[in-house]
Amino acid sequence: MKKLLLSLALFTSLSFAAEAKDTLTIYTYESFVSEWGPGAKIKSAFEKDCDCTVEWVAIADGVAMLNRLKLEGAATKADVVLGLDTNLTAEAKATGLFGPHGADLTRAKVPGGWNDTTFLPYDYGHFAIVYDSEKLSAPPKSLAELVNGDPAQKIILQDPRSSTPGLGFLLWMKSVYGDKSADAWAKLKPRILTTSPGWSEAYGLFTKGEAPMVFSYVTSPAYHMTVENTERYKAAAFAEGHYLQIEVAGVIDASPENVLGQKFLSFMLSPGFQNEIPATNWMLPAGEMSVAAPESLGKIIKPEKTLLFTPDDVNKNRKAWIDEWLAVMAQ
Amino acid sequence: MRKYVLLLPPLFVLSAIALGLLPLVGFAWAQGGWFYPDAYALRVLQFTLIQAGLSTLLSVVPAIFVARALARQVFWGRSVLLALFAVPLSLPVIVAIFGLTGLYGTAGIFAGWINLYGIGGILLAHVFFNLPLATRLLLEPLIDEPADGHCLAAQLNFTDLAVWRHLDWPALKPVLPRVAALVFLLCASSFVIVLLFGGPQATTLEVAIFQSLRMDFDVSRALTLTTLQIALSVIMVWAAAKALFLPTTRYSSNLSLLRYDGKTGVLRLVDFCFIAAASFLVLPVLASVLAQGLLHLDFNSGTAKALLTSLVIALLSSILALPLAWGLARAQLRFGEWRGSLTGLSLAGYVVPPAVLATGWFLAFRNFDGGLPLAVLLIAALNALMALPFLMAIVAPALHKAIQRHDMLCEQLNIRGWNRFKLIELPTMRGPLAQATMMTLVLSLGDLTAVTLLGAQGLTTLPSLVQQQMGHYQSDAAGGTALVLAAICLVTSLVAQRFAKWT
Repeated sequence: MKKLLLSLALFTSLSFAAEAKDTLTIYTYESFVSEWGPGAKIKSAFEKDCDCTVEWVAIADGVAMLNRLKLEGAATKADVVLGLDTNLTAEAKATGLFGPHGADLTRAKVPGGWNDTTFLPYDYGHFAIVYDSEKLSAPPKSLAELVNGDPAQKIILQDPRSSTPGLGFLLWMKSVYGDKSADAWAKLKPRILTTSPGWSEAYGLFTKGEAPMVFSYVTSPAYHMTVENTERYKAAAFAEGHYLQIEVAGVIDASPENVLGQKFLSFMLSPGFQNEIPATNWMLPAGEMSVAAPESLGKIIKPEKTLLFTPDDVNKNRKAWIDEWLAVMAQ
Repeated sequence: MRKYVLLLPPLFVLSAIALGLLPLVGFAWAQGGWFYPDAYALRVLQFTLIQAGLSTLLSVVPAIFVARALARQVFWGRSVLLALFAVPLSLPVIVAIFGLTGLYGTAGIFAGWINLYGIGGILLAHVFFNLPLATRLLLEPLIDEPADGHCLAAQLNFTDLAVWRHLDWPALKPVLPRVAALVFLLCASSFVIVLLFGGPQATTLEVAIFQSLRMDFDVSRALTLTTLQIALSVIMVWAAAKALFLPTTRYSSNLSLLRYDGKTGVLRLVDFCFIAAASFLVLPVLASVLAQGLLHLDFNSGTAKALLTSLVIALLSSILALPLAWGLARAQLRFGEWRGSLTGLSLAGYVVPPAVLATGWFLAFRNFDGGLPLAVLLIAALNALMALPFLMAIVAPALHKAIQRHDMLCEQLNIRGWNRFKLIELPTMRGPLAQATMMTLVLSLGDLTAVTLLGAQGLTTLPSLVQQQMGHYQSDAAGGTALVLAAICLVTSLVAQRFAKWT
């Protein structure tokens, strides 16, 4: 067995050595390069005109990716890091590893515009409460209605300590309730069926009928429409506005493939990359597409108001805000 | 010379721990400052103790009676039931959770029987995973007892209590502390179950360690909490070791067990009540996994590839874990005064949280470009470490007994080394070894921890496929994949039982 593995290792390293092309190593989160993710198609689209090889390195999620960078420091093997969100960019910048992306900022089309020269967005999505229309005929129309509503109608949330959407909901509450967040959490508490460690568990429980509401994305209903051909699951539009998640990528400044990395980031906002985003990552494209997005994405709710803290605000206050949440919830 | 060969397995485990902890200590040092346990850490410790203590009690005590009932009642379907009891061990936690919520949740058949969202759900899930496990582990020594004791007991017309006091309890006693310690540590380090059913108020040490490593990336805090966890485990293991003693020598070469007790109407009824209760806990969940899976079974090339990857990793882990367990068990005999410490060492994979070990290993190997083979090897190594306590719980008591039974004979005939292993130990330990191999395989097949922490590009095992499918709205397809996993484990378990001549 060991011999087999060793010879396998030898074989693969030899076959790699035979190709003298540049290799662009991109750290990303697992679902981006899984069987259903856009990774494979984006790789071949970029390789067509870069005369290089793209090597994805899959890491569990955005937070784990940032931790990996902190562990590796300047010795990181990454040339490009793809899949952080704006809640993490301030912390990522503080590592000092990232350099300018060099792309034209006006090409990045996200709600509220873009002016970060270190990180470039590739997709975005508003968070939303998704509900089962067969069980809930009168969904809440605002965060206030959700907070003050009937405790018998339960919602499944995610833990902000372990989940990106979980943190998203915490920031949503904070941006609406500010100093009064603790009170709002206390009022909401009886409505929470459970707080799951990750999005998958929460959404799985929801579709299995454990609760009529779950915290997810405005784009979630589009998946059910396109793939399962059902309009049963809908996102509730909230009067206060919806919190936004923007996913970004950045180039490692000291990387020997820095120029190629910048080229990849520029490619990221072009159709070769963007065409794959809506139907595989189920987020909205931050750049130009050359094909039509799935029809269902046209039917989803369009939040009129976007809520978003600056990366610095999140970085400075996250710990305190999580502690505040924990103090209410742990009682 | 041979004495020192026995030092290799403990040294291997020690270096695995050192490779995990030392780089992190260095990192924390560089990050600056140490963290001291605060009120929060102590509250977390308290909850961990209560939760894990209750879970252990509710899993292990009933398991004693279930194992005893299964040891003496013979009925149609018994071996299939036993094989099914091995399946929860491999089920991805999330799949079992969906099974439990499907039954006891708000929309389930047994809705309202128990409030899942709170300590009730945590305990139910932990008992679902650990009662069948403890039953299987406790059944082994009961079956491995020499038959003449039971012959004698039947001749002397022993009451049930007398059979328990003179035969079953002495057989269980050396194994019980180990099994209890193992279940305790399994429950103490449980993560998804605790978070999902317990919510924010139910924070265990493992959750706190995960949080400090992940969200805050506060390595020194993680290390302090790990130290607390290690201290807790050392106390546990110390207490278990106090209760742990070598089985009394009973000379017999007759290993096939024929029991004569438990044949009266009342005892049969009691036994079958225990068996029915345990089955009621385990089987409906498995049935719901089966039903969900059959509806959405899609065995495509992706599933096949994941299955193959899982099998390769599981085989590698077994190749690593079995000699380690064997060596540790031999070392326990040879260095009697270190017995407790060696048992503690075998629990390394739970004493030191896998997340901490994996982070340390990552730091240790980061400058070494090992690519996919290194990742596979590290995953197998972490799996082996995590399987070690299960193996020790099976192999060590059996080996100790085998050695005591045959030591004099071997000395007289000068049978040593490989010959002794081949001629004496291997044949007499066929059952425990088959069981142990099966457990490593099943555990590694179901592993999500190691593959998530140490996985490399393109490495998808069955459980990580389940995870990926869940992450893409495909919880139905995930059910199909989970069924494949459960089926493989069932087959593995049935084959092992055939080898072990369990009937």
